[in-house]
Amino acid sequence: MKLALLADVHANIEALDACLAHAGDQGVDGYVFLGDLVGYGADPAAVIDRVIALGAAVRASVMGNHDAAVVGRGDEPMNDEAHAAIIWTLPRLSMAQRQYLAGLPLIASDGDVTWVHASANHPERFDYVSCAADARASLDAAGSRYVFSGHVHDPTLYYVGSDGRLSPFVPTMGVALPVGRHRSWLGIVGSCGQPRDGKTGAWYAIFDRAKARLTYHRVPYDVAAAAAKIRRAGLPERFALQIEGLP
Amino acid sequence: MLATELEPGNEIDGYRIEQRLYAGGMAVIYRVSRDDLPGPAVMKVPRLGQGEPGATVVSFEVEQMVLDALDGGPVPRLYGAGDLERSPYLVMALIEGRTLSSMLENGPLAEPEVRRLGAALALAVQQLHEREVIHLDLKPSNVMIRPDGSAVLIDLGLARHAHLPDLLAEEFRRPLGSAPYISPEQVLGIRHEARSDVFALGVILYELATGHYPFGAPATPNGMRKRLRASPVPPRARVPALSEALQETIYRCLEVNVEKRLASAKQLAFELQHAEQVEVSARGRWTRRQGVMTRLRKWVFGLGYEPTVVVAPAERASDAPIIMVAVATAYTNEKHQQAIRLAVQRFAAAMPAARVACVTVTRPQPVMGTADEASSAPRQHLQLLVKLRHWAEPIALPAGRITFHVLEAGDPSDGLLDYARNNQVDHILIGAPPPNLVGRNILPPVADRVINDAPCSVTIVRPRS
Repeated sequence: MKLALLADVHANIEALDACLAHAGDQGVDGYVFLGDLVGYGADPAAVIDRVIALGAAVRASVMGNHDAAVVGRGDEPMNDEAHAAIIWTLPRLSMAQRQYLAGLPLIASDGDVTWVHASANHPERFDYVSCAADARASLDAAGSRYVFSGHVHDPTLYYVGSDGRLSPFVPTMGVALPVGRHRSWLGIVGSCGQPRDGKTGAWYAIFDRAKARLTYHRVPYDVAAAAAKIRRAGLPERFALQIEGLP
Repeated sequence: MLATELEPGNEIDGYRIEQRLYAGGMAVIYRVSRDDLPGPAVMKVPRLGQGEPGATVVSFEVEQMVLDALDGGPVPRLYGAGDLERSPYLVMALIEGRTLSSMLENGPLAEPEVRRLGAALALAVQQLHEREVIHLDLKPSNVMIRPDGSAVLIDLGLARHAHLPDLLAEEFRRPLGSAPYISPEQVLGIRHEARSDVFALGVILYELATGHYPFGAPATPNGMRKRLRASPVPPRARVPALSEALQETIYRCLEVNVEKRLASAKQLAFELQHAEQVEVSARGRWTRRQGVMTRLRKWVFGLGYEPTVVVAPAERASDAPIIMVAVATAYTNEKHQQAIRLAVQRFAAAMPAARVACVTVTRPQPVMGTADEASSAPRQHLQLLVKLRHWAEPIALPAGRITFHVLEAGDPSDGLLDYARNNQVDHILIGAPPPNLVGRNILPPVADRVINDAPCSVTIVRPRS
């Protein structure tokens, strides 16, 4: 089974649609959303509708901290700009869209795989996995072979050597990485709708479970349209600049 | 039954064991067959008994990962693999030929043979680097020479792929590699330097040419560190018949400081194929072991040795390109020639590791039958070489970065294209055909054919009109 893993779409419908089209061309059989469908971007309703429309092809969808904030469950502090985006988002969602977000679990698992937005260690705290020790804590708490998450916007693959120590690896896009079942892996798939590495294009990953391979992709999309919508909506300028690859 | 104790007729996952080809300390190799295999194949089974060092299984995993990613080229093609936990094995193409180590059994080889084998090996390593992989365990027993003279690299258990996680990096802090061949930076645990392979190639050349290891075969990491400060005995002190050029090339491979080492395997292949182009320095002429002062200087340098920042192997390979300049020595339009020299200067400035090969083509001269000595072939050849050097003088590149070649070919474009193919040229600079070339309507200009058939990029240079 080939799954497209998408994280941190952040209300960027142009980025999401480009990734879905790309994943379709790669012959995926399912989709996993690793949290933060909303926040920052100008199309929260369209993004949620798109995910709902995928129906049973969505194998898992977990709640991110921005999703939690929108449905009144976020007690994690947010900076002013991010908070402004949440306030902007609230009245633009229908009851059904809000219910979809409210119904998302914080963590989900499927056999030897765990899906979670941030760390599997106290997923409700939305701790960042930004070093080997964080990755260790997440893997240990999940107790599974694979953990896939988002929250951190740059893609990273943490792998465990046979002596148990973890190392981060920065993946190259388009290279199929062998992720054998005899090791543990923690994959951060990178942000679809709000990358922060100064480049344009949406990150997502394809996990081929049968072949135990993970491929990171970076998909070009209509950045100008997405950025223009953010500006038109009066959302903080920084969110537009970020997807335009400008600091 | 242990997979390392299989007999002919046994089967694993449908692979039928035909013959045990080799049983070593780390692995056993069988010849195997299965109907769906595309060609003759071998199966490699690691020895993974109780108490086996962890490195064995990880190396095996690394080899599988890298072979799978490479899909043939300078390494055997991977046909299949067993489950790493249940029954680890690799099935790959059988390579016809003999190992380089078997060619060393009767002592050192003659220089032409050393150059031929060394160039084939260097080109295989170059191909590997272009595919983003560093071998890091090059030695004669890991090199197969096919009957056609080309080299295949086997045993990629310590290899590093720039785009895959390095399973060996964090795990083992001791140096990984074979003691006689390991580079100074590998001794310090660095596993992402493509020029580590160039160092190992230097050791192999030294061994092929002299029958000795340049730094012995130390058993401890401390013993291996000695290569940071000890200069090897000059090859010509061991085999006086060796050329100064070959000794110079070997020393360039064995530089402790990677920045001073030959920049790529391709440049090594080039030096081995063009001995006459190697600028021989004092060390190329050494015939005795160096004195205490020289060794002391190196020792002091070795103390302060610090690894430098390195880049991905393929980036490194294309960082050290060969630029070929086609020079029409008979063409006297100075404005035109000046434009080409300016282009060379700009390319050379943009790529500090690039080597510029100035090439001119002349018609083949009849070997016999020339009446006067002045028009004899060697004499003409020499005159052209002088012209070529004179032409290039204003470019003012240091001797190591520019070389000169007079080719003989009936058709100049054939000569240029053959040279570009045989020397893995990365970029060709050639002047635009003059506007009023005589015979333009009959024969296509040289530049046109070069553009059409070149194995690399071509830049057409023309002065502003």
